[in-house]
Amino acid sequence: MESLERIILEQTLFAGLDPDIAQLVTGCARNLHFEPGAYLFHEGEDAKEFYLIRHGEVVLEITAPGRRTLVLSTIKDGEVVGASWLIPPYRWNSDARARGHVRALGFNAECLRRKCDEDARVGYEMTKRFMPMMVNRLQAAYLQLLDVYGRPEGS
Amino acid sequence: MDPYVPLPYRVLATRKDTPDVVTLDLAPVGDSIPEPQPGQFTMLYVFGVGEAPISVSGAPVDGNPLVQTVRAVGAVSNAITRLRPGQEIGVRGPYGTAWPVESATGHDILFVAGGLGLAPLRPAIRHVLSNRDRYGRVSLLYGTRGPEDMLYRDELAEWRRMLDVEIEVTVDHADRTWRGTVGVVTKLIPRADFDPERTTAMVCGPEVMMRFSVLALQVAGLPFERTFLSLERAMKCGLGLCGRCQFGAHFVCQEGAVISYDRIAHIFTVREI
Amino acid sequence: MTTIRALPPGSAVLRLDGLQQLIAALAVRGYEIVGPVERDGAILYDRIASTADLPAGRTDRQEPGSYRLEPRADGALFAYAVGPHSWKRYLHRPNETLFKSRRVGEELVFDPPAGPPPRTAFLGVRPCELVAIFVQDRVLMEGHYVNTGYKARREATFLVVVNCGSPAATCFCTSMHTGPRATGGFDIALTELLADGRQEFLAEPGTDGGAALLAYLPTRPATEADWQAALAVTAQAVASIGRRMPPGNEIKAALQSNPEHARWDDVARRCLACANCTLVCPTCFCTTVEDRSDLDGQGAARVRRWDSCFTRDFSYVHGGAVRTQTRSRFRQWMTHKLAHWWDQFGTSGCVGCGRCIAWCPAGIDITVEAAAFTEGQNHGIT
Repeated sequence: MESLERIILEQTLFAGLDPDIAQLVTGCARNLHFEPGAYLFHEGEDAKEFYLIRHGEVVLEITAPGRRTLVLSTIKDGEVVGASWLIPPYRWNSDARARGHVRALGFNAECLRRKCDEDARVGYEMTKRFMPMMVNRLQAAYLQLLDVYGRPEGS
Repeated sequence: MDPYVPLPYRVLATRKDTPDVVTLDLAPVGDSIPEPQPGQFTMLYVFGVGEAPISVSGAPVDGNPLVQTVRAVGAVSNAITRLRPGQEIGVRGPYGTAWPVESATGHDILFVAGGLGLAPLRPAIRHVLSNRDRYGRVSLLYGTRGPEDMLYRDELAEWRRMLDVEIEVTVDHADRTWRGTVGVVTKLIPRADFDPERTTAMVCGPEVMMRFSVLALQVAGLPFERTFLSLERAMKCGLGLCGRCQFGAHFVCQEGAVISYDRIAHIFTVREI
Repeated sequence: MTTIRALPPGSAVLRLDGLQQLIAALAVRGYEIVGPVERDGAILYDRIASTADLPAGRTDRQEPGSYRLEPRADGALFAYAVGPHSWKRYLHRPNETLFKSRRVGEELVFDPPAGPPPRTAFLGVRPCELVAIFVQDRVLMEGHYVNTGYKARREATFLVVVNCGSPAATCFCTSMHTGPRATGGFDIALTELLADGRQEFLAEPGTDGGAALLAYLPTRPATEADWQAALAVTAQAVASIGRRMPPGNEIKAALQSNPEHARWDDVARRCLACANCTLVCPTCFCTTVEDRSDLDGQGAARVRRWDSCFTRDFSYVHGGAVRTQTRSRFRQWMTHKLAHWWDQFGTSGCVGCGRCIAWCPAGIDITVEAAAFTEGQNHGIT
């Protein structure tokens, strides 16, 4: 348990977390390994657990009938897979697939949400650490949407 | 000599990088322009059509031709991309400022390129790689729309084989056949290995891409005065005489295209400036 | 620039026939002479052969959006301010061929422009216009690159200034420190003396060439009384100028720190983006370059022509214009002229001639617009 807590505190996402909060977070975490091609989750499933990549690469994909599978984003070491666990209805809105061997920390979403509800300090710490990530992803999505490298209009 | 009069250059070879981007190898018919510094541009003149400012992608040194990469977006650039080997065009320049490859000596170097923005950075990248021992860690972060829009693929592969250079390529849009990174180029910045205390960043791409990049670099702790961008504005002369390329108080053709971000931060996001 | 000075050495007094002989002497020395003429209801600058071509007994009445010529009782030759022309049309030409190119097989041949320009004398340059010429000198021939056509013409120019005794209501040279009396940079400066029914010209030499020419003309040496009369002409002009531009450093700071000021929206509702202001402005220098092909397809000419930051194409980068709105274009024009110019060229881009005020169809007054930024800074927050 102690070594898992140490691993968690080594992650950028949790850097400088108070020891008592780190302990609470660790209580919701486990070590995981995914084989190449394995799915971490599928679109539409309950977001029961989210993942912090320790090593490897995960792709987020969306597939629709009659269209090629589109890769939305690739996620690497130190980054989080999935934000749907934070907001109702707690369902994944894409597929997440391991591209090679992936080592990750899994966090039980229900466990962590409960601890956030019980202790506002925990809730605030999680919000503070997830909010920049969410905003950065939103900005990245803007940039993707803008298609900045596309042909300029009128040319 | 009138600075508006070009020198005749012959097209030696053309390469189609993407469906609408062509790279030309050029050689002087008689006199040649002075040696361009990395980041400078020339005015290319197509007979009967007109002139366009085009950044230099390869300097004519060590027996190499003058290399210029052009995207067909207007009348002149369309005409340039249709040139065949043996045809002649007019070249004048080089104009504008250079990437700070000298003042960055001893620094970690972070190249951030978006789309066609790799073309103006190529001479700086080549300079840094061929003087590798004079710099710290070197990273090239390159984002394009899709895998098929990537420039200089062979050369990228060559750079990737070098062990002491980090080359990260990402695309905005891809299907599963693309084995590389997907996501915007700014996402690569926090992942890159550099010491913000001693790093020089050179950023080139569409203006929106550069706006997001400077934000990400700011978050990474890079000071504005060591963040360099290459600006694009309308240009008719390259000489500071036609008045068109003004960006705030700057003439982009004289004080740019390469400029440190601290000099323009106050107006960079002002609309229609 | 009305500092009290002593009678300049070498000053002389010419009568009307002396002025005629000045024109003749310049012609003999190979100069084409350009001066004010009355045409199409305005004072324009064109070739003149004698004093008879000058607009005798005419004055101009100018207001925002308005310019009218009116008769005067006397036969004064220079009793008006400035019209829609400025000397830039003779130095920074509206159209100029930069080079010609020919296709010979696959080869391209570039032919540089034609030989040296004719020597030209400007007669009747106003002090504000003289400063405008200096401003364009700075922009077009004193930077890293030189507009060679401009420089060649400029160096072949003989400047005869006429100090200003009849400023228009649109004038504000006093607050720009550009007039109504020229203090240097001319070959000869004249002051037209009209008091008490006389019509004489006090002539000050500004260069050796000017002094040599004056020595050749039928003149009498100027007296202290003549000098006092000349000073009185411009002193009266100073007193009659009511318009005022706020101080340069104040406008510069106010404009550069307020790109989103509400006044830009306000002026954009009035501005027609017609580009008149930039065309009549004696310092506006922006240009475009066009290719003009011969019909047989074997020859082409690169032609530079005046352009304006008020056109949509001016800021065109592939795909579209940077400045799509009138607001952005007016902001560019005025901020460049009154603020960025200082950073770029160490001077204001405005000389206070008032042309942009008179020739604006909407009557937009640059002094009023500038004051809106320097006064009430706090109202600008949108």
